Amino acid sequence: MGKLTIGSFSSPSGTMSLDFAIKLAEAAVNKGHTVDLWLSGNATVLGNRDHKHFKDYSHLQKTIKILLDSGRFQMTICEACADARGCKKDNTLQGCRRASMDWYLASCFNADRVILVGDN
Amino acid sequence: MGIKKIAFVIRSMPYKTEVSKLAIAHAIASQTAEIYLENGEIVEPVLCFIGDGVFNCIKNQHSMKHYGVTSIEQHIKNALLLDLKVMICKEDLNKSGIREDAVVMDAAEMGGESRSIIAPYQDIQKEMNSADHLMFF
Repeated sequence: MGKLTIGSFSSPSGTMSLDFAIKLAEAAVNKGHTVDLWLSGNATVLGNRDHKHFKDYSHLQKTIKILLDSGRFQMTICEACADARGCKKDNTLQGCRRASMDWYLASCFNADRVILVGDN
Repeated sequence: MGIKKIAFVIRSMPYKTEVSKLAIAHAIASQTAEIYLENGEIVEPVLCFIGDGVFNCIKNQHSMKHYGVTSIEQHIKNALLLDLKVMICKEDLNKSGIREDAVVMDAAEMGGESRSIIAPYQDIQKEMNSADHLMFF
């Protein structure tokens, strides 16, 4: 089984890029692969806990929780990008990591495939 | 063990979105990626500016003065200071009427020795072909 690193810089609302990134991660995990998801820029907002579910907007947190519980999925947000958006550590989704950008580069090093999702 | 080359291919205009600046920041972050890696493992980034992305490389940006944010020019200079390979597409500069002396070529005032490379697209394509991973911004 392989390791996939997915990066995304797109916001959780306003585009469907993160929806696709999570779908892709889910498909890979279900096939037995491991996935690292790196969220930078506006995508870090996805790391906030307690997103309210409105039917007009996608709601990814339920799927993310299942993926995190699988043990084959890591979700890491850029700490600086999150802090710049007021997304504080104590409001971060349980199981979601916060790291600096070098974590993403190291994840890419060990990945079999790297995919950057979204037009940012 | 070994080196993995990652090509950061920047096609986005500067400042319209933050993505080109973030791409450069991520490339620079390769300098400390080794704290997560085994001994001898190195991430080698290369920055390639193509298409509209070449506008990021124009000199004398004043984003700090007008918007209070660091300039993309400064980010490119930081990359050069750290000896990252920076390639700028010659044809795309020419297409947009940007003279070669109007783009960031070095970080000499900060003590940097590396220079940007203005290269035909063919050479940038070769660089991308030799990369282990490609990221388009």
